[in-house]
Amino acid sequence: MAYRFGRWLADRWILVIGLLVLAYLFLPIVMVVALSFNKPSGRLSYDLNKFTLDNWLHPCAAGDMCTAVGRSLRIGLVATVIATVLGTLMAFALVRHRFRGRAATNLLIFLPMATPEVVMGSSLLALFVAGQVPLGFWTIVIAHVMFCVSFVVVTVKARLAGLDPRLEEAAMDLYASEWQTFRRVTLPLVLPGIVAAALLSFSLSFDDFIITNFNSGSTVTFPMYVWGAAQRGIPPQVNVIGTAMFAVSFLIVVGGQVTAWRQRRRLL
Amino acid sequence: MSALGHVGTAVEPGAAPPPSTEPVAGARRRRLLPYLLLLPGGAWLTLFFAVPALQLFATSLYDPSGSLAEGYAMTWRLANYADAVAAYWPHFFRSFLYSGIATAACLLLGYPLAYAIAQKAGRWKNLLLVAVIAPFFTSFLVRTLAWKTILSDNGWLVGVLRDLHILAPGGRLLATPFAVVAGLTYNFLPFMVLPLYASLEKLDGRLLEAANDLYANPVRTFARVTLPLSMPGVVAGTLLTFIPAAGDYINAELLGTPNQYMIGNVIDSAFLVRLDYPQAAALSFLLMAAILAMVFVYVRRAGTEEVL
Repeated sequence: MAYRFGRWLADRWILVIGLLVLAYLFLPIVMVVALSFNKPSGRLSYDLNKFTLDNWLHPCAAGDMCTAVGRSLRIGLVATVIATVLGTLMAFALVRHRFRGRAATNLLIFLPMATPEVVMGSSLLALFVAGQVPLGFWTIVIAHVMFCVSFVVVTVKARLAGLDPRLEEAAMDLYASEWQTFRRVTLPLVLPGIVAAALLSFSLSFDDFIITNFNSGSTVTFPMYVWGAAQRGIPPQVNVIGTAMFAVSFLIVVGGQVTAWRQRRRLL
Repeated sequence: MSALGHVGTAVEPGAAPPPSTEPVAGARRRRLLPYLLLLPGGAWLTLFFAVPALQLFATSLYDPSGSLAEGYAMTWRLANYADAVAAYWPHFFRSFLYSGIATAACLLLGYPLAYAIAQKAGRWKNLLLVAVIAPFFTSFLVRTLAWKTILSDNGWLVGVLRDLHILAPGGRLLATPFAVVAGLTYNFLPFMVLPLYASLEKLDGRLLEAANDLYANPVRTFARVTLPLSMPGVVAGTLLTFIPAAGDYINAELLGTPNQYMIGNVIDSAFLVRLDYPQAAALSFLLMAAILAMVFVYVRRAGTEEVL
């Protein structure tokens, strides 16, 4: 009996600690939402003061913030498309083909994930400076694609490796050509992995500060704007963008989960 | 993130049909195909990751008396490294100290959470996993600035701690090493939880029952069964936390003062403010080398080669 009670307590004890840690993870998010409705007492004050809807009604009232957000969205889209295509091709080569130089390729994909951002950002800057490349929109895109590709490869590879090869064999047995098999069987099955990789790339790109800071010149992205504003006093509208980003991402992830769940039910 | 563990383990390729049964042109196309698939991405990574790393190394050996406008002379000056270490060893030390403490804190906080999700959450598993990555849904900088409000001198947290006499009446949280370490811990905690979850999820509950049946108490069961089986997750998680934390300078800048500056702050200002490229490159290259060396030794010690 005592043992059972001890076991019961042990079970809940772990869950309680886990939930407390989750609360720690959520605390700043709650604060971001709260601050988005806050009317600060002064420009350099970050304390909660008075409730207001002004920030939500006039999100673009804060200087060039909306321009920066738009620029971040464009950079994120371009970088995501390029990184997703390049990374998916590499994932197919690694999972589906035998070739020389596999180990070197794996190393080239792994190293960017194991290198601190400050090193990658500064080394790319050293290259651009040596090559006298003007810094701006495209140098940011180049940098973002560089650090996103590895994450795309890893994500798509995991999906591809988990694919049942018999499905493709069945298509071939039914006289589908190589291309038809790819187009009608392989691609639809890998698509969730590719979509996940694209979403990951976009969020990595949109949120990147350190590497962008080195390679942006005078081009201001949203994180660059926030960084600059941190010295002069953060406008509360920054928290409106933070809250909106959270809401959109949350809906996408939950929507994805629900779709996957529905598909599974339909198949059963 | 668990996928990181698979980066180095070659996935067996689908068996290619023997070349003799195919027309020669088709066989050649098959052989070339993987290279064509790899070419664009591989070229991008070579050109914008590998070449810059070499360029960084070259820059670190330039004569520091040059300038950005006039150009630098390559003098193979290894003394740049000695100068950089002599000038900034406290920042290196602080970086590894803070990120080491933050990594340990992430492990202590992340393990129970990962365990709870993997073994106790039942049908709430997916929801809780979404909750773990939820901080990523909003901006890193905006979240760190929110910590500034939470830890601020007029905030409720400081008020409570002062009332409880944990903090002296004039004591602060913001602008202390504690704030920087807490920020690092917070920002990289999900990188710890996800790989831990991946390895704890695979843990067979029957092994724990078996340990129980053999009269192992919970502590012994954890030390002899759960922990050893989750080592790949522990190793991957600590690396994924420690590496970005050691190079981070956002937390030190926003939550600390120059007294808490880490090596990232120094590299950033050497490149972008002081424009001392040779020294900045030497510092940057040293950071990378130090981290790679630590990772190598650590992975050897932990005995899980699988991660790399």
